[in-house]
Amino acid sequence: MIGAADTFRAAAVEQIATWAERANAQLIRPESEGQDPASVAFKTVELALKNDADVAIIDTAGRLQNKKDLMAELDKIRRVVEKQAQISETLLVLDATTGQNGLVQAKAFAEVANVTGIVLTKLDGTAKGGIVYSIQRELGIPVKLVGVGEGIADFAFFDAREFAKGLVG
Amino acid sequence: MFGNLSERLVETFKNLRTKGKLSPADIDATLREIRRALLEADVALEVVKAFTGSVRERAMGDEVSKALNPAQQVVQIVNEELVKILGGEQRKLEFSKKPPTVIMLAGLQGSGKTTLAGKLAKWLKDQNQTPLLVAADLQRPNAVNQLQVVGERAGVDVFAPEPGNGKGDPVKVSKDAIKHAEKKQYSVVIVDTAGRLGIDEELMKQARDIRKATDPDEVLFVIDSMIGQDAVNVAKAFEDGVGITGVVLTKLDGDARGGAALSVASVTGKPIMFSSTGEGLDAFEPFYPDRMASRILDMGDVLTLIEQTQKAFDEGEAQKMADKLASETFTLEDFLDQMQQLRKMGSLKSMLAMMPGANQMKAQLDNFDEGEINRTEAIIRSMTPTERRQPKVLNGSRRLRIANGSGTSVTEVNSLVNRFEQAAKMMKTVAKGGMPQMPGMPNMPGMGGGFIGGKSKKKDKGKGGSKSGNPAKRAAEEAARRSGEKPNQGGSGSAFGIN
Repeated sequence: MIGAADTFRAAAVEQIATWAERANAQLIRPESEGQDPASVAFKTVELALKNDADVAIIDTAGRLQNKKDLMAELDKIRRVVEKQAQISETLLVLDATTGQNGLVQAKAFAEVANVTGIVLTKLDGTAKGGIVYSIQRELGIPVKLVGVGEGIADFAFFDAREFAKGLVG
Repeated sequence: MFGNLSERLVETFKNLRTKGKLSPADIDATLREIRRALLEADVALEVVKAFTGSVRERAMGDEVSKALNPAQQVVQIVNEELVKILGGEQRKLEFSKKPPTVIMLAGLQGSGKTTLAGKLAKWLKDQNQTPLLVAADLQRPNAVNQLQVVGERAGVDVFAPEPGNGKGDPVKVSKDAIKHAEKKQYSVVIVDTAGRLGIDEELMKQARDIRKATDPDEVLFVIDSMIGQDAVNVAKAFEDGVGITGVVLTKLDGDARGGAALSVASVTGKPIMFSSTGEGLDAFEPFYPDRMASRILDMGDVLTLIEQTQKAFDEGEAQKMADKLASETFTLEDFLDQMQQLRKMGSLKSMLAMMPGANQMKAQLDNFDEGEINRTEAIIRSMTPTERRQPKVLNGSRRLRIANGSGTSVTEVNSLVNRFEQAAKMMKTVAKGGMPQMPGMPNMPGMGGGFIGGKSKKKDKGKGGSKSGNPAKRAAEEAARRSGEKPNQGGSGSAFGIN
């Protein structure tokens, strides 16, 4: 079950609706544009509990870590969800092209949202995503998944050996 | 933006300033610091090498040893070289002699092309162009939809014959779009293409085909300012694969050190033309290498500040206000009006950040609470018209009512009234004796001599500009003075004082 809690960006809900359809997952939509994302998240978890769904995934809007209000919004989403169920994983999606700023990002998000893992996307490009090494060392947050393409199946579990090979080779 | 890089460089120069004469060892030490600062900011290695190389060459030469103030001269050299790697002269959009002008956007996924398309369209529309947005991203789910929403917000037409989501041919769409634009006489066509990786040959070929089909006047490469060392590869891939004419930096409102900006222009030899600094459709501005270099070296970007001010301030409105001041009838109502005008300029914080020396007050700036302005507004709105016109009638019980009505305390109401009275008094003096010479400026740190001269001349040109320069400045001072404690509305309050 997926909660479309990016109520900010234009057509974000439609975008995830398409993905949900492709993935054959149930989607919880916001009732109106610009609705409080926390309420969508709450409803998602509520319905997931009711329908005995195995996993509830909540997609939130993109935000810059130096925007206080937006980070507070993220904090609220987390608090609201935790009223009903423990959050098992909070994944920070990081672009492999990101430079040193990735560490600052990870720090800020870890503080607010208790990030448990990193998803490294666009690893199919020329970027190697070396910043996750700093993140692992400084913050102890491991990479859990990697994205390697635009298809729905284009992702994999993180393989440290492969990654290291890519980094030096 | 560029915050940390700027901090490091300024710190380096501070050490240099105490020296009357510079030995080669001093210069080497400085260059080492600069190199480290640039690398930490994700500037590509080759660019760093070239940069420090040319700075060293000039710094070791006569230019510096013969200068009266060698340290200042080094800063000047660094400034000039920064401007150079940022692309030198600011370049404007090339408009085609025979409309429509075609602008194609290209870049990685998630770099912000679609949002930027909307911003660019709005910016062009504000300049009396008639832009047409073309939905040529048929790849990403609902990208077409997003562009339509963005276009609607910008008040610009969108050409989207295909639904997208993997269906349709972007090359054909682009071609048809040009025909459509010619027929309907749009002056600019903005083609939003799908995000693609530099190594994806198939998609790069598609981008080339779109380019061939539309023969664009500009191909803008959109890049996220958070990008790291890979910026060079990506930029090269797009330059070789599609061929670009300019660069647009997005997400500059983040806290990335912006090294990518420095590398991309230098590696591709293409200038950065625009930067995008927020989620609103107005958070978009032309990129000026010289101004950006000044910002990085903490010399402030007063030119942009003035331009923004002039855009927001209504000339007639300003005249009316000046008359009011002269006739001594300035009331809290006018105060409220002014505050709303100031609001139009965008966030005070971002304006203050453009002041020279702003970096040294960064902590205070971060503490600066925009909410104070809301509270001030609430207080004034809780007053009756009579009270707004004659603050003198405000007795204890009225003040209590206002405090309750606005959700503030009597102390806050008192301090607003006091400040208003002081401000009104000051304004009378100002109105009688003409515009004061930029109060408070001398004690601002980090000012270069010649810089100020040019600025104040420019300032006097526009009525709106010359006035509003002051509010920001006063607010900045206020913020600095109240370091630590919560800035108690001082920013906006005394800001208007000078008006």
